[in-house]
Amino acid sequence: MALDRWIAFCVLLLFVAYGYGAFFTMDGQLPPIMRRSPIWPSTFPKVLAIGGILVSLWIVLGFEKAPETEKVTETNLSRLSRHGVGQAVALLVLMVAYAFLLRPLGFLGSTFLFLTVGSYILGERRYVMMTVVAAVAAGVVWYLVDQVLGVFLLPLPFFMMGG
Amino acid sequence: MLEGLLTGLSTAFTLTNITVVIAGCIIGTLIGMLPGLGPMSIIAIMIPIAITMGDPSTALILLAGVYYGAVFGGSTSSILINAPGVASTVATSFDGYPLTRQGKAGKALTVAAISSFAGGTIGAVLLMVFAPALASVALLFHSSEYFALMVVGLSAIAAFAGTGQIGKAVLMTLLGLILATVGEGVLFNAPRFTMGVMDLQSGFGFITIAMAMFALPEAIHLVLDPARSKTEGGEDSSKITGLRLTRNEATSIAPVVGRQSIQGFFIGVLPGAGATIASFLGYAVERNIASPEEREKFGKGSVKGVAAPESANNAAATGSFVPLLTLGIPGSGTTAILLGALIALNVSPGPRLIVDEPQVFWAVIISMYLGNLVLLVLNLPLIPYIARILAVPRNYLIPFILFFTLMGAYIGQNNATELLILVGFGICATILRFADYPLAPLLIGFILGPMLENNFARAMQLYDGFGFIWERPMTLALLCVAVLLIVLPSYRARRARNRAEGVADGD
Repeated sequence: MALDRWIAFCVLLLFVAYGYGAFFTMDGQLPPIMRRSPIWPSTFPKVLAIGGILVSLWIVLGFEKAPETEKVTETNLSRLSRHGVGQAVALLVLMVAYAFLLRPLGFLGSTFLFLTVGSYILGERRYVMMTVVAAVAAGVVWYLVDQVLGVFLLPLPFFMMGG
Repeated sequence: MLEGLLTGLSTAFTLTNITVVIAGCIIGTLIGMLPGLGPMSIIAIMIPIAITMGDPSTALILLAGVYYGAVFGGSTSSILINAPGVASTVATSFDGYPLTRQGKAGKALTVAAISSFAGGTIGAVLLMVFAPALASVALLFHSSEYFALMVVGLSAIAAFAGTGQIGKAVLMTLLGLILATVGEGVLFNAPRFTMGVMDLQSGFGFITIAMAMFALPEAIHLVLDPARSKTEGGEDSSKITGLRLTRNEATSIAPVVGRQSIQGFFIGVLPGAGATIASFLGYAVERNIASPEEREKFGKGSVKGVAAPESANNAAATGSFVPLLTLGIPGSGTTAILLGALIALNVSPGPRLIVDEPQVFWAVIISMYLGNLVLLVLNLPLIPYIARILAVPRNYLIPFILFFTLMGAYIGQNNATELLILVGFGICATILRFADYPLAPLLIGFILGPMLENNFARAMQLYDGFGFIWERPMTLALLCVAVLLIVLPSYRARRARNRAEGVADGD
């Protein structure tokens, strides 16, 4: 089975779970007065769940055939190098780490780390250049967002802000 | 209309707004030039900035400027390094890149800039004429027709996804719609599908979803497929000369630009068609009607081959504003993102926009003229310098793109959980892209979801059930159109396949 049909299968499971929620669990907490209304919070989700299950089944069962002609996909799966996949995964992990470190380390520290480690992962080895670029970028972005746009961003780690 | 124009002029011609449109065009051109970053990602990245500006007109002017800039920047990179940053400029590279190889890059860029300018300007005039008319018709619509109209819009987007893709596009739309039902709705003060997670109480942030669907997968693709960001020959782009056109060339492209601007505009108005189809169709039409000796030149460096897709895609980009501004229904991923931004700014697009907030509507139109002018006047002489951005090494470029997606999601919500949601959806979106699932329908579904449900609920309440579907002929007709849009292409594809195989029975 091709990747697109596996995905459709996963989406089907998602819609089944969603439909289960809409049909069986949502209406339980509905106050009696709402029950007289022709539309319940679950009405629209029910319609969507039925539609989603039908369409994903349509794809899973292979009713929709891709055109016979050679397809030009955007990225050829077989062309991907293991190297590139490793880099991509490392960058995603880095993004998750950024999410967790943003508060404890403060914006400036975590952004600096994100940008340096990010370019390191991609193979940059000019350390001076790397750190200067990251430091300047972190500072400039913080200044623009916090001072110019007025969106508060905690710049330093919480223990350095003095409560 | 004159009164409206004056309102727009007075709104757009303030120092702030002129600065904003110039800045937007330049930022859009700069980022749009980078291979792999399309207008959708750029606009998604710019939205938090636009929203914090507060004033809807200014915000929309900024985003519109970024949009034109990005489309223009995309054509620059297709011409100079044969790396279209945007699907809608792929057709430009057919003849633009051969011209560069012949040392006529300057000429190609000039043709592209002038055609874009003409396409955008003619598009803006047509928008000015058609949008108010369409809006006055749309004012007669009731919630049930709105519901049906949105269904038509969504199915048209799916129908244009191409053969073998319609089911996938419909599925993605539905996926977007169910994502939109998460959180507390406007209609019911009860959280739905939050699975007890407090952070989901207010639903998914639309910027987060937009970033996760476009910017993040594009950055990941750049990592996975280094060839995409290769800039071979990029070093030559610093010496671009010979920007001038001969009189002969100018007269030969004038009719092409005129035809393709009008055709492109109307293709852009159709939901789902958009700039990409307009540019390919424009190229194909012009090649077919050209004289035989000129047809020979297409693909080998014809100025007409640059002029046709460029005027068509800019006119279509303008045309796609028609359904957005008059019906509140986005026809493309880009306009869907703009719609999300408008909603975040408390402006509800739709037929009432022209009546209730004329300054927003007309300011956008004026900003289109202004944006096109800025692109022509400012960018043309600056192109040789701007093109140097193509030399930014990917080791720096990619971390920055990722960082900006994170910032965009974070600024909107000030919540680190949003970043985890972003990464999670981003991974899903990357996988979906590998399997050729179109992602724009998901975002459009997500943004239209609440409006679709509201109109559905209102119609249900008025007619005490599903009766509105058959009691209102207009609604029924629209819904039939929606069904036909979905069913007809797959039926025809199936019949064509069966005929080709010589088998009568289905498989």
